[in-house]
Amino acid sequence: MIWKLAWQNLKGAGLRTWLNVLVLSFSFVVIVWHKGFLEGWNRQARTDTIQWELGAGQLWHQEYDPYDPYKLRESMAPMTSQMLEAQNKGQITPILITQAVVYPEGRMQNVFLKGIDPNQSILNIPTQLLIPPDQPDPGIWDFVDGSIPALVGTRMASNLKIKQGDTFTVRWRDSLGTFDANEIVIVGLFKTSVPTVDVGQIWIPLNYLRSMMSVADQATLMVVKQGTSLPKVDQPWVLKDHDALLAELDQIIKQKSIGGLVLYGLLLALALLALFDTQVLSVFRRQREIGTMMALGMARREVIKLFTLEGTLTAILAACLAALYGTPLLGWQAINGISMPEMSDGYGLAIADAIYPAFSLGLILTSSLIVILAATIVSYLPAHKIATMNPTDAIRGKLQ
Amino acid sequence: MSLIIKIKNLTKDFPIGGRTFTALKNINFEVGTGEFAGFVGPSGSGKTTLLNIIGSLDMPTRGEAVVLGQSVGGLSSIEASRLRSRHLGFIFQTYNLLPVYTAFENVEFPLLLLKMPVTQRKKAVMEALEWVGLEDRSGSRPIQMSGGECQRVAIARAMVKKPEIVLADEPTANLDAKNSHHILKTMQNLNAELKTTFLFATHDEKVIHYLERKIHLMDGQIESDEMVIR
Repeated sequence: MIWKLAWQNLKGAGLRTWLNVLVLSFSFVVIVWHKGFLEGWNRQARTDTIQWELGAGQLWHQEYDPYDPYKLRESMAPMTSQMLEAQNKGQITPILITQAVVYPEGRMQNVFLKGIDPNQSILNIPTQLLIPPDQPDPGIWDFVDGSIPALVGTRMASNLKIKQGDTFTVRWRDSLGTFDANEIVIVGLFKTSVPTVDVGQIWIPLNYLRSMMSVADQATLMVVKQGTSLPKVDQPWVLKDHDALLAELDQIIKQKSIGGLVLYGLLLALALLALFDTQVLSVFRRQREIGTMMALGMARREVIKLFTLEGTLTAILAACLAALYGTPLLGWQAINGISMPEMSDGYGLAIADAIYPAFSLGLILTSSLIVILAATIVSYLPAHKIATMNPTDAIRGKLQ
Repeated sequence: MSLIIKIKNLTKDFPIGGRTFTALKNINFEVGTGEFAGFVGPSGSGKTTLLNIIGSLDMPTRGEAVVLGQSVGGLSSIEASRLRSRHLGFIFQTYNLLPVYTAFENVEFPLLLLKMPVTQRKKAVMEALEWVGLEDRSGSRPIQMSGGECQRVAIARAMVKKPEIVLADEPTANLDAKNSHHILKTMQNLNAELKTTFLFATHDEKVIHYLERKIHLMDGQIESDEMVIR
């Protein structure tokens, strides 16, 4: 009975109902879109970071701290025979890291030199560009003779103002602390959404770096191939799984989600304010109607239920309307993605050229439930006012 | 004729500002089943207050109002709602139809509260609309109907559940003479046919003319209680 009456009241209210429904549906779509955008970004960032940097997990030298370049010389150790065997099977790829200084066009800049096996296929970094072709084209590889072939990401190239084929001096210290220098030739550039394999880094063949450092078979860390179970390791190696390696990324996404909460909290508040305002006005404008209903035998709690239900139904209608125009709109974005501006590179975590929002059923249901619940609560508050209403005053329209 | 309403030493006070206004002073009377009676008196004499207390919309300050064996003063909010939904019908001066509902839906409303099955409900609504001659206006909304038609819908709404008592507060105040007589005739017929007790609050001569019992009120007290022999 209450459902029928609430529906009749909503239908009868006409434009007032549809304005509320429209505003609330807009909130629905924006909230779902924003959550889907963050979810899509999260998924893309995780996937890209795994494919470009982390693999299935990493084995770190126990002294390795990516934020402490001064400890890098102590953060390397020879690979065990099992590790070398795993490398030969293509299950792990070692990376050796040291600090260096480069001088492109006379400018000086600190970088990380990272040695990687050019034949690796575990990470997406195009290391095969470091392998001299069988018939080197007369361009770039002519310069490599005696120099170090190197690979940089597009961000790093932009920072150093270098391009493919450029040469510049690199200076480093070997494992004994002796300074040495050579020329670097940029044999290739790569574009990645993962800044942590790009910014401040120069990738060179592992055997070059080992030779430069005078360390044989040593590595700073090893990346495990995806689909391979993580091996058990002893000191000085420690295993870093995805939980540990992606903790920072998860934290950033969490921060962005909290920031998002403010946005859709505001949106929801605006929409709910409109609904609340309508319900408060209804209580005063419709007090004669309410008094009549009570005179005809409707119990006070049923009147409260009726008004609360009207708010809930408004939210349900808004969800339906949002589904009507939101499904094609958000569906189109989920397929075609949202282009990200160039400046988003400085955001500090992996952002692709386009982010594909991910809208799961759980996300849509949760968002809908939150909006419907909030609408029910704001409808209940003015309806509760009715509980204190004297029917005779209400019939006369005397309530203030 | 069995007793349906018993009012004993009823007093009703209203706080106004810091003072108390006594709307009804020590009222005593009884009403039997099937009466067509009314409280007659000028504005402010206490007619509507008395009707509201009998209708369990308001509570007595002192004394007792027993309606269908239930003391109104002792009823909880739920019990009062139940009494109104099952046994009482209301007709208001300003019709008080629910504006977004059609005539059919307005008449159907009290039956929805009684949770009557749909088939039975539809039949009862159409029958009530026939009583008041509005079966062809069942789909119209109040805004599409004249004052007389609205009041006839209000009568159908009050009568549809066949209550024991119908309380009508100035039912013809907003109507012209022709419509007033039509409506009063309709109520008289229903009173005769269904043995429903009608209680009016009025100072309209047209209504007073139809009453079989006139309880004259003045300044919250019964001045006279007069039976009309026809």
